[in-house]
Amino acid sequence: MSTDALAGVTHFLRRLGGAVTGSISRLGFASRFLVAIAWHSPQALRRFQLTIREVYFAGVLSLVIILMSGLFVGMVLSLQGYETLKRYGADEQLGILVALSLVRELGPVMAGLLFASRAGSAITAEIGLMKTTEQLAAMEMMAVDPLARVIAPRFWGGVISMPLLAALFSAFGIFGGYLVGVRLIGIDDGAFWGQMKAGVDVWPDVTNGIIKSLVFGIAVSLIAVFEGYDAKPTAEGVSTATTRTVVISSLAILALDFVMTVFMFRGGGQ
Amino acid sequence: MNRSAIDLWVGVFVAVGFGAILFMALKVGNLLTLDRASGYRIEANFDNIGGLKLRAPVKAAGVVIGRVEAVRLNPKTYEALVTLRVDNQYSFSRDTIASINTSGLLGEVFVALDAGGDSVMLKDGERITKTQSAVVIEKLISQFLFDKAAEGGGGSKK
Repeated sequence: MSTDALAGVTHFLRRLGGAVTGSISRLGFASRFLVAIAWHSPQALRRFQLTIREVYFAGVLSLVIILMSGLFVGMVLSLQGYETLKRYGADEQLGILVALSLVRELGPVMAGLLFASRAGSAITAEIGLMKTTEQLAAMEMMAVDPLARVIAPRFWGGVISMPLLAALFSAFGIFGGYLVGVRLIGIDDGAFWGQMKAGVDVWPDVTNGIIKSLVFGIAVSLIAVFEGYDAKPTAEGVSTATTRTVVISSLAILALDFVMTVFMFRGGGQ
Repeated sequence: MNRSAIDLWVGVFVAVGFGAILFMALKVGNLLTLDRASGYRIEANFDNIGGLKLRAPVKAAGVVIGRVEAVRLNPKTYEALVTLRVDNQYSFSRDTIASINTSGLLGEVFVALDAGGDSVMLKDGERITKTQSAVVIEKLISQFLFDKAAEGGGGSKK
């Protein structure tokens, strides 16, 4: 009995240790992978047409979901914000509430989450399938480096698209907030925009939002191409990798957002 | 999809994206209305700045003409030293009164400048001598209560 229990405990410990070393070595591989992408980037960016194609797939095709979500998030924010602000008789501050929440937090974060599930998963599935069908190996046989030809353009396509998508999300959110706040509820037009202008600063609010979205773009794109490249070359492996991309990207976005918010907006200065 | 169509769509996407950033900078933010770097500095001493924060507006006759740039404590006099950055197009006389006001009961705290009649104008780095501190509502209330209590005490003795 006791030897059985001992075997169970060692088995558990072995699996725990395996999981820890496995994830740490994956982290190391991912870092090495980022350096490799950076190393191959000049070569990839020289053929910029490849990156433009990826901007089309990652950015342009994500526009509909990003714009619609932005519009609805802004509208809901406006409705809920109004209900709360009304109690303090501060309903004219609605413009600040909507604009600051969108520009600082919701724009980059929501756009990042949507981008991870819309474009990141597609990138992972595509690269994973290329690996499964041995297209990447075939490229290497033809002396074409898949890092420069496949990985780097997708990475840069994501990095370029993400800040633009986040900015569009925020802009459409503010427009949605305007529609509900001014057109539907009837807050004064001038107060809405005027308070917004007085309360939102280009530096630090808008620029920090753009920095955030750029960081999210790098994180999501790296996770997406890495998971695709690292996927087990089976149908199941590709599906697992796609799921992992969405889960890890979402967690990375939320964690990075917290860390960056602490550094960017920690009290006092505001 | 052929190459030129992709180019066109990506071009539209990038243009609209930069348009959104521009929209946030100009329409949502205040890139043009008040440039941080421009303007000149005025200093003012206050006994108590209340809830005055950095980047709070500086107003004259209710119009925003600048921002609070720095708030420090003078270690010798134990007074608050507030640095104001005022837009270049406005100049204030040397006997201007600076006071710390609150817009409404819960509104933002700002510095109000009331221009005086002196013909000599304040220059960059000079100090406003006439200041009025923030009104601390708790003090006002306790003063009011003490007054009331004193009145009430006087009434019962009679």
